[in-house]
Amino acid sequence: MNKNGTMAKTEDRALVRIDAIIDSYGGKRSALIQILLDVQKENRWLFEEYLYHIADRLKAPLSQVYQVATFYKAFSLKKRGRHVVTVCMGTACHVRGAPSLLDRISQKLGVNAGATTGDDRFSLLTVNCMGCCALGPVMAIDETYYSNPANTDFDKIFNAYA
Amino acid sequence: MLKSPEDLIALQERVKAENNGKIILSLCSGTGCRANASQKVFEALQAELASLADPRIVLKQTGCHGFCEKGPILIIYPEEICYVSVKPFDARDIVAQTIAQGRVLDRLLWKSGLITAAHHSEIPFYKHQTRYLLANNTHVDPTSIEDYLRCNGYSALRRALFSMTPQDVIQEIKRSGLRGRGGGGFPTGVKWEATREAEGNEKYVVVNGDEGDPGAYMDRSVLEGTPHSVLEGLIIGAYAIGAKSGYFYIRQEYPLALENTRKAIEEARAFGLIGANILGSSFGFEVSVHQGAGAFVSGESSALLSAIEGRVGEPRLKYIRMSTSGLWGKPTTLNNVETWANVPLIIANGPEWFAGIGTPGSKGSKIFSLVGKVENTGLVEVPMGTTLRKIIYDIGGGIKNGKKFKAIQTGGPSGGCIPEAHLDAQVDFDTLTELGSMMGSGGMIVMNEDSCMVDVARYFVEFLREESCGKCIPCREGISEMVSIFNRIVRGEGKPEDLDFLEDLSVLVSEASLCGLGSSAANPVMSTLRYFRNEYESHILHKTCTSLVCKAFIAFHVDAAKCRGCGLCKKQCPVNAIYGEKTEAHVINQKMCIKCGACMEICPSKFNAIGKVSPVSQLQNLAP
Amino acid sequence: MDISITINGKKVSGKKDETVLDAAASIGIEIPTLCHLKGLSPYGGCRLCLVELISGKRSQLVASCGYYLKEGLVVETDSPRVKRARALVLELLIAAMPGSQEIQRYARQYKVTSTRYKRNLDHCVLCGLCVRYCEEIKKENCLGFVGRGVDREVAWAPLSKYKDTCEGCMECQKFCPTGVFPSNWGIAQNTLAR
Repeated sequence: MNKNGTMAKTEDRALVRIDAIIDSYGGKRSALIQILLDVQKENRWLFEEYLYHIADRLKAPLSQVYQVATFYKAFSLKKRGRHVVTVCMGTACHVRGAPSLLDRISQKLGVNAGATTGDDRFSLLTVNCMGCCALGPVMAIDETYYSNPANTDFDKIFNAYA
Repeated sequence: MLKSPEDLIALQERVKAENNGKIILSLCSGTGCRANASQKVFEALQAELASLADPRIVLKQTGCHGFCEKGPILIIYPEEICYVSVKPFDARDIVAQTIAQGRVLDRLLWKSGLITAAHHSEIPFYKHQTRYLLANNTHVDPTSIEDYLRCNGYSALRRALFSMTPQDVIQEIKRSGLRGRGGGGFPTGVKWEATREAEGNEKYVVVNGDEGDPGAYMDRSVLEGTPHSVLEGLIIGAYAIGAKSGYFYIRQEYPLALENTRKAIEEARAFGLIGANILGSSFGFEVSVHQGAGAFVSGESSALLSAIEGRVGEPRLKYIRMSTSGLWGKPTTLNNVETWANVPLIIANGPEWFAGIGTPGSKGSKIFSLVGKVENTGLVEVPMGTTLRKIIYDIGGGIKNGKKFKAIQTGGPSGGCIPEAHLDAQVDFDTLTELGSMMGSGGMIVMNEDSCMVDVARYFVEFLREESCGKCIPCREGISEMVSIFNRIVRGEGKPEDLDFLEDLSVLVSEASLCGLGSSAANPVMSTLRYFRNEYESHILHKTCTSLVCKAFIAFHVDAAKCRGCGLCKKQCPVNAIYGEKTEAHVINQKMCIKCGACMEICPSKFNAIGKVSPVSQLQNLAP
Repeated sequence: MDISITINGKKVSGKKDETVLDAAASIGIEIPTLCHLKGLSPYGGCRLCLVELISGKRSQLVASCGYYLKEGLVVETDSPRVKRARALVLELLIAAMPGSQEIQRYARQYKVTSTRYKRNLDHCVLCGLCVRYCEEIKKENCLGFVGRGVDREVAWAPLSKYKDTCEGCMECQKFCPTGVFPSNWGIAQNTLAR
């Protein structure tokens, strides 16, 4: 339910899904992080209403649910784009020019790290080490990796994502 | 379902016999190679082999082979022919020439200068390693428990359950001298014994698969490639300690490791290696997987347990050992992935075998991830006590592109940088600590003359600021202040007293922080100040970055004598700061230049017309 | 059964549910604290109460508010190592909490007269007293931490019922060392809005 106590229709279906996720973990309070991860994966980001519902079902204080939801990088309470562009900022990639790559991608998409493009297509995020150090500096779009893409490749790469 | 130790032996024999006379193509499919299209190579090979229709041929996708610089790698057994940098279009020739006719494809062999290596064991990168933990990564399909059984998988568990008491197991682990591989180096056997002896019947074992150090991916490769080895170690440990329940904590940035570990657990359960009455013994064990959610600090032991309990994964003020009170207040043993993976080796080969490897204080082998400016990037497994020089030069092949070595950073954000003068240092738990760094979990980042050590230190403190949980004041505010100072220094606003303040801040965080993240945060700063103080002074006093990295102190410049006006740089420049007509020498407008470096990267190597200078005033000394 | 320890060379005894901080207080030794409150479980966030534990040749600094008594502990509450660490923490705190009399007093005691930190005035130091009081004593959980690291803040759980309960209570306010709560955070700030 939302702030004034009513349930929005489009969210009914989402809450049913969330109940199923919670049930798959036996409704255990210790599974809070796992539940939030599954919900984030399905919905692209965490609506506040979802957090109220999860707190309710798990009988966990809402403040604790919020603490967890705002502590971790994997979770977003803000809208995320349809595709997530991740730039690895691990040490090996850093030494191979990751900040420069991030700059160039940021220029191309018109957003800084942590933000989403106006058309909701891309969210630009950074991560500390994806484990592909030999390919550094690495950019990933969803589950596809690109090794040190040049500016001239950007159009081809990004236009492939709707 | 295996109901007895005899069942296990029989199955091992059977699956080994199945592979007699087989030709096995082992394709590296760890995350690194997958990022380099190894899946497409697999599909192409599959298609070509289908037309050959030879039942002797087995194509398998394995975990990380470790030679990441040259991936995707394909090894053909039994001859061990090793092909590197394999592309999908190579599949046709590999099948038609090598598989069908036994002809080796020279173009796919590893080469360096005049040396060519046809076989896996001849390649210097592999030849100088001693692989025990990673040995099976080239043989085992991680999604096949049969493959693990072929390598005598679960024989150690059989010995532990049926020929040893829990105390026997603990004694063997103690005698082996195994120390924790996550960075702490605590004697594993002692930890297990303390947990065993703690009061209570409810005990836990936990695998720390958070591997947060950037540039370190040893644990990822073990979990992706041979998850059963970690699971087997965990079950043996649980038996020794008296735990009936365990957890894998794996960071969510490792989707393949999570997937393969989950599959391994399912398979093990189906075969009766997890659950009640394992192999018909009276010992039962259950395990589940818990994902991380993107926080480096959650890899700290007390934080990790908090996360498993469903609370936020930040460290807690606790002066009671985890072996007495851990998960839900119960005795718990938490060990790193690599530590657990060593257990089956010790139980199968005996503690004397393990203690015979390494140095007096640091036994066994260790996996390192050797990355950065080195020729052969990848995973290196060597006995403890191997020198840095051997790792970087004999195995790593030295610095790429003939550049000069400057420093090697070890131990991740808790470690430090070691310069050339100490390359003969032996890598183990104690030696590197004396030099101001530490072995840590095994990350090794090689830096050359193009790496600015002030920038490296700044990188680490920025990383730690972002990852600090924020609970305690010294870490949260102290590291943040360090970042501010570094940012001022690299912007050209540094003052000599900044170095004194950095030193005091280092004392603040190392003495007063709540957990290891804060208390080791000073290491990157102090070690770079110790060995590279001149670079700091150069930045502060002379606004110069000799490694040509820090943007405020460099300028990009087109050498008019070399420029042929091809226009590529002009096209690349994201802010249109380059002007010039075709065939005429181009010029960079310094006022508009954002120093992204795109122009220098795209300038064709035959012209090599774009360079950097520092300090910026040097521009005046160059030809216009 | 009483446990016997040594503090600054003096023998002290206490119970097993008492801390080094308690034991020191029992013999009139005041160890500076900020995030400590009797009745709340130890937090260990301010690091002001650090003391040195000596064990043979080795020593370590521990937060006395959370270190429960063990037989034979040897504690120094004002050794050079403690003084240095405490002075560095205080240098930070006098910048972060310029209005705090108590911090000024500690600063004078440890000869901290100036600070190199440039701080915005009157900023929450995240000692967590309000959050922990609401969780452990009132059991309402109206307040909690959000964010991580330098972005960590205290915020109301974002449902109006929590803010209402909070405004009807306000008991934790008397413990707030900076006096900044509750004006800067909460629903009005839309800290967590979509």
